[in-house]
Amino acid sequence: MKILSFKRVLVALILFFSVTYSLPTFFSEVPNWLTSINAKKMNLGLDLKGGVHFLMEVDLDEVVLNRSKKLSSDIRSQFRKEKIRYKNYFNDKTNISIEFQNYSDYKKAEKLITKNYQDTFDITRVNDAKMRLKISEKSLNETRIAAIKQNTTTLRNRVNELGVAEPIVQQSGKTRIVVELPGIKDTTRAKEIIGATATLEFKMVDEDSDPYSAEESNSYSLNSKLYYDDQGQPVLLKRNIILTGENIVDASSGFDRNSRPSVNITLDGPGAKRFANVTDDNIGKLMAVLFIESKSEQKVINGESKRITKKYEKIISIATIQERLSKSFQITGLDSPKQARDLALYLRAGSMAAPMYIVEERTVGPSLGADNIEKGKISVIIGLILVVIFMVYYYRLFGIFANFALILNILFIVSVMSLIPGATLTLPGIAGIVLTVGMAVDANVLIFERIKEEIRNGSTPIASIELGYKKAFSTIADANITTLIASIILFIFGTGPIKGFAVTLTIGVISSMFTAIIVTRIFAELFYEHNLKLKIKKLNI
Amino acid sequence: MKHININFNFMKWHKKAIYVSLILIFISILSIFTKGLNYGVDFNGGTLVEISFKNNAPIEDIRKFLQQNNYDKSSVQFFGSSEDILIRIPNIVSSNESTLSNTLINELSQKYSFNLKRVEYVGAQVGEELRDQGILAALIALALITIYIALRFEYRFSVGAIFALIHDVLLIIGIFSITQIEFNLSVFAAILAVIGYSLNDTIVVYDRIRENFKSSIIENVNTTDLTNQSINQTLSRTLITSFTTLLVLMSLIIFGGEILFGFAFALISGVIIGTYSSIYIASSTLLVMNISAKDVIIEVDDERP
Repeated sequence: MKILSFKRVLVALILFFSVTYSLPTFFSEVPNWLTSINAKKMNLGLDLKGGVHFLMEVDLDEVVLNRSKKLSSDIRSQFRKEKIRYKNYFNDKTNISIEFQNYSDYKKAEKLITKNYQDTFDITRVNDAKMRLKISEKSLNETRIAAIKQNTTTLRNRVNELGVAEPIVQQSGKTRIVVELPGIKDTTRAKEIIGATATLEFKMVDEDSDPYSAEESNSYSLNSKLYYDDQGQPVLLKRNIILTGENIVDASSGFDRNSRPSVNITLDGPGAKRFANVTDDNIGKLMAVLFIESKSEQKVINGESKRITKKYEKIISIATIQERLSKSFQITGLDSPKQARDLALYLRAGSMAAPMYIVEERTVGPSLGADNIEKGKISVIIGLILVVIFMVYYYRLFGIFANFALILNILFIVSVMSLIPGATLTLPGIAGIVLTVGMAVDANVLIFERIKEEIRNGSTPIASIELGYKKAFSTIADANITTLIASIILFIFGTGPIKGFAVTLTIGVISSMFTAIIVTRIFAELFYEHNLKLKIKKLNI
Repeated sequence: MKHININFNFMKWHKKAIYVSLILIFISILSIFTKGLNYGVDFNGGTLVEISFKNNAPIEDIRKFLQQNNYDKSSVQFFGSSEDILIRIPNIVSSNESTLSNTLINELSQKYSFNLKRVEYVGAQVGEELRDQGILAALIALALITIYIALRFEYRFSVGAIFALIHDVLLIIGIFSITQIEFNLSVFAAILAVIGYSLNDTIVVYDRIRENFKSSIIENVNTTDLTNQSINQTLSRTLITSFTTLLVLMSLIIFGGEILFGFAFALISGVIIGTYSSIYIASSTLLVMNISAKDVIIEVDDERP
C-alpha cells in the first residue's frame, strides 16, 4: 500500500481543517492569521450567551378590519363627490353591501369602482340596484404582507435603539416575528420597548359645540368625538386627523423653556406641507395632541378566549396655534422625562401597522448563560475522559486509534459549527456533542468486535483488520442512516435550542461515521504495515 | 484479548419477555391516562421564572406573597440549591399573561434583592402548536425509518423495529408519567434521539441475523437458534456501546445541571430500555412473524437479478 493514498491525503486535510477552524473557539484571543482565513468562534445561542427571545404575533385581523373601514369610508366619500346616491350602505368585516336609488346610480358606482379599485374588490350584482363588494383575497394578502413588513421594520428600528450587538428581528411563519437580543441585561426594558404601541395624533378642537352639554346629552356633531383631558374635563375634538405618527421622521426628547419634559418633532415633506396649511388657516384656534396606545387583552367571549385590542386615547396637550407651524416643532404635556424619551423613541422608529403581542418569551440572564457554558464544558470533558479511558483499557492500541478519531470528531463538529453561518451552539447542542462522544465510538466498537471475531475464526492479523472493516461497513451505514433520519426530522421541526441539538447530532453522526471507518483504519494500517515484514502474529486489541 | 463470552439462550425467554413488555406497556399507558404527564411550560403554556438569591431563598415569604397578589395557582420550589427558586404560573385566561413575569419581577424586586436567571413564557396557542409539531415530527420520523428498513431488509424487519421503537417510547413516557418529572421540549428531543439510538442497536442485531441467514441457507438451521446466535455475536458490541453512552450520559446528568436533567434522564432510560428491546422485542417479533432464511434470500435475489 502506498503511503500517500487519496484517503490519507483527505484525512490529513480534514485533520488540518478541523484543528485550524476549531482553534478560535478554544482560545479567547483569535490571532490575525486565523481571522484572515475566516476562522472564528462558534456562535453561541441565547441560553449560553444570555439574552431574550421573543415571538410576537401580529394581529392581522385587526389590520384587515382597519383596511376595510378605510376603503369603505373612501368609497363613501367618492360617492358623495360623484353624486351617486344610495339608500343603504352596510360594511361588515371585508364585505360592503350597497343599495342604490336606481339602476343608473348602480351603473355609475360600478364604473367608478372598477376604475379606481380594479384589483381591490370582487363585485357581485345582487339585483339592479343592489351591489355586494368583497375585498379580494389578493388585496387582503397584500395588506397582511405589508403590515408584517412594516411591523418588522419598526421593531428593528426600536431594537437598534436598545444598542444590542447583533440583534435578530425577522418574520417567522405568516403571522409572527422573532426578536432575539443576545446579551441584553435589562430585559424588562426590552420587553416594554418591543411591546409598546404608543403613537400621536393631531386634531383640531371643536370650539363650536359645548363639550359639557355634549357629555350630558351624549349627542354631538357627527364630525366630532368626545375625549377627556388629563384633568378629566370633556373636550370635543374634530374627527379629521391633521397628522399621525406616520408623518414623523424624527423625534427627540428634551425640556421646554419651563423645564417640562418635551418631544421635538420633525415631519416628512407631505406632513409638513399639510401641517403648514392647517396651522396657517387656524391661527388663534385650539389644537390637541392625542397620545394613543393600543393594548391587547384576553377576554372570554362565549366560553372562548379571544384577544381584543383596546385603544387608550389621552389628550396630552391643547394649545392655541400662535403661528404657522411646519417641519419642526415641540410638544409638551408628558408625564415624565421617561415618557418623553420613550415616546420620542417610538415616533422615531416609525409606527406599527398592526397591534402585536408576545406569544413566547425565553429570557436567560447573563449569569445563567455563563453557568450553562461551564456545566456544558465539564460534562463534555468528563464524558470524554471516561470514554477515552475505557477504550484504551478495553481495546489497547486500537482504543488509542479510536480515541484519536473521537477527538478529531469533536474538533470537526466544532469547526463545522463555527463555519456554517447561522449555526449556533446551545446547551442541548452541547448535550448533542456529549451524546455523539458516546455514540461515535459505536462504529469503532462494531469494527473492533468484528476484528476480534475474525481472529477467533482463525484469520491472520492483517486479514482480520481487512475483514473487520469490510464486514462492519454495511451495519455502520444502516445504523447511522436511521439516526440521521431522526436527527434531520428534529432539525426540521425543532425550534430554538432543540434545533441546536439536532445540528450537533447530525454533524456528529456524519463525522463519526467518517472518522471510524476511514481514520482509525489508516492508523491501524500505518501501524501494522511496516510490521508486515515482521509477520506479526498478534494484534494489540 | 478480552472478550465477553456469553452463550446465552436469549430466545428461550422470548415469549416471557413479550409478556413482561406488554405488562410494562400496559402500566405506562394506564399511568399516562390516569396520572398524565407533568408538562412543562413548553407544551402547556404558562410562565416560569427562575431567580437566585445570595443566601437562602425566602421561599415561604414568596409563596405568601404570590398568594396575596392573586397568583394563586402558581407553584414555588427550590431549583438545584436552596438559593435558587423556580416559580411557575399557569396561563390565566382573561389576563395579560405575556407581561405577567414583568409585573411579578417588578413587585418582587421591591421587597427582595435577587438575580434573575431565567424567564420562560409560552402562550397557550404556541404550547399547543409545539405539542402538535412534536407528535407530527415523531410520526414522520417513525414512518421514514419504517420505509428505510423495509427497503434495506424485509417488511417483517421493519415491523419488528417499529414495535421495538413504540415499546421504547411508551415506556419512557410511562416513566415520566409515573415519576412526574417535567416533560418539556428537551425531553421530547431526547426521545427522538432515543428512537435513533435504539434503532441503531436493533439494526446491528438485524444485520447479523440477515448475514447468518444468508450463510446458512444450505444447512437449514433452526431460525430460533440462528437468532439466538446472532444476538450472542453482537452482544459484546451492544453492551460496550450502551456502556460508553451511559458513561457520557452519567457525566451529563451529574454535571449538566438542572436544565438538562430531564433530557439526560430520558436518554438514560432510553438507552437501557432500547438495549433490552433490540435484544428481545425486535428479534422476538421476527420469530412471532415466522421469518425464515428464505425470506431474506429472495430479497437478495431481487436486488441483484
